Amino acid sequence: MSSTVASRLDRDPQARARATGLLIAAVVLWPMLVLAEFRPAALFEAGNLQVMKGFLSSFMPPSTSIEFLGLLLQATLQTLAIATAGIALSFLIAVPLALAVTHSLSVSRIGPGRGRWRGEGVRVVVRMLLALLRAIPEVVWALVFVRALGLGPGAGVLALAITYGGMLGKVYAEILESGDTRPARALLEAGSGRLAALFYGLVPGAAQELASYTVYRWECAVRASVVMGFVGAGGLGQLMDQSMKMLNGGEASTILLMFLVLVMLADLLSAALRRLLA
Amino acid sequence: MTTHELTAAERTRAAGPCMTCVAVSLLLVAAVLASFAYLRVDFGAMFSAESMRLMGKFIAEFAQPDLSAPFVAKAAWATLQTLAVSALGTLLAVAAGGALAMPASGRFGMALRLAARALLNFLRSVPELVWAALMVLAVGLGPFAGALALALHTTGVLGRLYAETLENVPPDPERALVDAGSGPLTAFVYGSLPLVVAQGVAYALYRWEMNIRMAAVLGFVGAGGLGQMLYFHLSIFQQAQAATVLLAMLVLVFIVDLLSSRLRRGLAPVYA
Repeated sequence: MSSTVASRLDRDPQARARATGLLIAAVVLWPMLVLAEFRPAALFEAGNLQVMKGFLSSFMPPSTSIEFLGLLLQATLQTLAIATAGIALSFLIAVPLALAVTHSLSVSRIGPGRGRWRGEGVRVVVRMLLALLRAIPEVVWALVFVRALGLGPGAGVLALAITYGGMLGKVYAEILESGDTRPARALLEAGSGRLAALFYGLVPGAAQELASYTVYRWECAVRASVVMGFVGAGGLGQLMDQSMKMLNGGEASTILLMFLVLVMLADLLSAALRRLLA
Repeated sequence: MTTHELTAAERTRAAGPCMTCVAVSLLLVAAVLASFAYLRVDFGAMFSAESMRLMGKFIAEFAQPDLSAPFVAKAAWATLQTLAVSALGTLLAVAAGGALAMPASGRFGMALRLAARALLNFLRSVPELVWAALMVLAVGLGPFAGALALALHTTGVLGRLYAETLENVPPDPERALVDAGSGPLTAFVYGSLPLVVAQGVAYALYRWEMNIRMAAVLGFVGAGGLGQMLYFHLSIFQQAQAATVLLAMLVLVFIVDLLSSRLRRGLAPVYA
């Protein structure tokens, strides 16, 4: 017996390392399973099974009453409006911040003037502000705004504006920096202002990428605004949360279908817009 | 490049503004205006003196996080739970995604390939938070529901990525083993698997990073961790405690960002 094990071990030179790795993995895994309260049996407990079975069986057929479909249409439009308004506001936040952090639009960087370190300082501070804006997920902002401003789409719009403002600002600056920055530099050296250098030096080369990233973010915002509804920020998510809390499977499945269709349409629309920009 | 003389008509067309661009821009502006009109959010009232004062008071309450030792310990425990939930969810997804990637990469015929792909697409297109709301019904409140929700969504993502990796693997080593007489399983494990393991681990780590951020939020629907704590304290208007939880989230996100960018720089040559 032991000789066969030994010969097996001889055949696999990695056996000892593998066994050690497995042991370490088990030691790390065990507290993790305890912390996450890993109880697969809970899936099959009689009470849970019954709730789930009742809920899932009521998924079919999806609810199609005229009254509910009217509500659904309103919620869908609201979701789209939240995403669009949120992106518009975040654009307003992102553009000035991106302008401030873009290195190649810095006038003080060119000359030997005294403003150089002040310029660098401002850029570092704005960069940190951008990082702070996007560090907290939009759902968390939405929850905080719902508590501060009350239920409704306003909280969702503001939450999107803040997080996406931070993301767009950072990415705009990166896109502007990654292109050919020589025209802008030439303009600045010839004495033109920052805005002129932006519009005539950087934007022509980067416009398509900037626009297509903004459209892509809009698509993400549609998805995010559905998720934010779960904390009370209006739209499809709020409707789905209500249906789930009342265990109304028919409504939940209609909303889920609508959500899938909406995401697909947003996908198609954003692809079409980007193709148009190409 | 061939040059040709421009006619006068072409010249004016080139000089004039592009009509499609103008039309699309006008449509976009109209869409934005329509959105604000439809929502009827009263930004005037939102930024009025009265609500600004309330908002200021609300924020001022956040400025004093509860840093007493027992509460910090509680927040640290919830942070660990969030990490555990994200790790468990990702691990389950690696297993399930790997299993589904086999039929999805077309190893067992076209019908199974399409079926597996449809399932993966469905799993992926339902957001984590919606899965979490469902899983809370299935297994009750608590972190396990969060882990299952992350696992379901991530299975959709990883399964598709793994299927694509498997489709791109060169078939020769596996075929050589089969030709030499080894069984199909052995041939796969020794012929193809070693070629995709590194890529698979890289994908899993990347999703784990995203899942840590997501796990902090899933608690909003009752799936444990930092999110559940934040939701609870905000619900009973304990801003000081909520501020501590927000701080913990920020620290977690920053540490994960830092580590992943370090790691990625270290791994870049291997996985590039």
